Amino acid sequence: MEELLSSPYLPPLVATLLIIALFPLVAGYMVLAERKVLADLQVRLGPMRVGPYGALQPLADALKLMLKEDIIPSGADKWVFWMAPVLSTFTALSAFAVLPLSDKFYVADVNIGILFILAMSSIGALGLILGGWSSNSKYSLMGSLRAAAQMVSYEVPLGFATVTGIMCAGTLSMQGIIQAQYERGVWGAFDNYLLMLIPTVLFIIAGTAETNRAPFDLPEAESEIVAGFHTEYSGFRFALYFLAEYAAIFVISGICVTLFFGGWLRPFPNVGFLETPLNVGLPVVLFAAIALACIKGATRQIITGFKLGMFGLAGAALLLAALFAVPVINPLIVGLFWFLAKVAVLVYMFIWYRGTFPRFRYDQLMDVGWKWLIPMSLGGLIVNSIAQMLARS
Amino acid sequence: MSIDSILFYLFAVIILGSAIMTITRRNVVHSAIWLIGALVGVAGLYLLQGAEFLAGVQIIVYIGGITVLFLFVIMLVPVREEALTHRFSSQKWIAVFCSVVVLVILMAFVVHGGGSLEFPTREAPLEPGSLTKNSEEVGYVLFSEYLLPFELASILLLVAIIGAVVMSKTRKSETES
Repeated sequence: MEELLSSPYLPPLVATLLIIALFPLVAGYMVLAERKVLADLQVRLGPMRVGPYGALQPLADALKLMLKEDIIPSGADKWVFWMAPVLSTFTALSAFAVLPLSDKFYVADVNIGILFILAMSSIGALGLILGGWSSNSKYSLMGSLRAAAQMVSYEVPLGFATVTGIMCAGTLSMQGIIQAQYERGVWGAFDNYLLMLIPTVLFIIAGTAETNRAPFDLPEAESEIVAGFHTEYSGFRFALYFLAEYAAIFVISGICVTLFFGGWLRPFPNVGFLETPLNVGLPVVLFAAIALACIKGATRQIITGFKLGMFGLAGAALLLAALFAVPVINPLIVGLFWFLAKVAVLVYMFIWYRGTFPRFRYDQLMDVGWKWLIPMSLGGLIVNSIAQMLARS
Repeated sequence: MSIDSILFYLFAVIILGSAIMTITRRNVVHSAIWLIGALVGVAGLYLLQGAEFLAGVQIIVYIGGITVLFLFVIMLVPVREEALTHRFSSQKWIAVFCSVVVLVILMAFVVHGGGSLEFPTREAPLEPGSLTKNSEEVGYVLFSEYLLPFELASILLLVAIIGAVVMSKTRKSETES
């Protein structure tokens, strides 16, 4: 037992198990958040029936998807049909292994961290392509062909934007990139006299395309090709595709935060007097405000169980606020708080795009990718390397 | 057996098994999938040698780029039936001869260097951060010692890109006229 506890493999193992166990729940609530935010943007209420304000909707959806009949079309290539969603989910979740969730909580800090994530996302594209092909349906095949073309095109600007970020930090290790931003005293996005804003914006655009989100959701454009590559999928396999999609969104946002927005560092990490207001004050006030909102929401609920549930949520938020106020626990969790807060902002922006922009036409998609994003990302790389050279000399 | 040799033989089995499956599958897409297995195995071998940069690039370039393009082309181009039935060409005896020669050479290696089939055990597990900065090393070597071959390869790729653009342009104008 003693040997087991002191083993160097124990913390990564625990972190891995935690991520694999918790992420499906997180993905479920990302779906709920998306539906709620979209509803708000379109002046609707969104899901309201299951739980108070629809708070238990993800659990109901997950249960429904697991109990649904798993249909394999008779003309399908069974073996590939079975493997494709597994491949997507596997690669999307593996990318979490190098994501620096905080200074204390991460699985591994390898010196090819960002290459590993890019490699995993490029294998993930295969899951989409093979899934669409094996369904033996023309809508699915159309979707997977679009997915292949889109991912190959947008991987290039994404790669160039990443390379610019790496060049600025001078290392491929994810923790090293954050450390470099701390030492340079500025977030990656605002480095090199604001020139790094070019790759930041390009990364977000290409990342949206890489995760097949609106306005780049041509592989699953529901108004044209039913549901694209996952038309024939149902039940748990369909859920796996959704899990992979939301994991990919989280990972892309995570890389963006790490490369350009300081990862788990608080804003203005080098300004000493902001330490207490930002690291203690802000989380406490935030969670206390959430608790107040929950209590206010509870008074509007008519069903007693829902009322109690809202009070319970308020209690949990208060507990979190109290945890951030304890000086011993605060440094352990504040990094995770900042990382997740920044990722949440980016995920919100992803939902916002979906509610705002109309879908691209196929030729527009290719034009944007090849004629705009790739030259601009190359230009951004050159301009930033010149700025870096001038600053160094 | 040390963990290194176990991993080596595991990757070797993955590579060889996938390679055999690649050339024997009747379905072209299945062949492409098994090819992915072989390429992942090679990436694993690179990782075992401590060349993690090469392993990452192997996956990005070969699986993310080339195999995706393979699948793209396979899905777009209809495969003729006769191409599926006559998979092995008539040069059977030449193939058998070549295989026997390779087998003899390999057996000679195995007989003479029997001790090298097992990796030496490492005394202590590697400390975190004790590995050399592999990616940086590759960059330094590429841009100092091997600058000329690097630039030649870049020019070759540029020529290929321009050629591809020119070829697709002419075909377009032909269909229009």
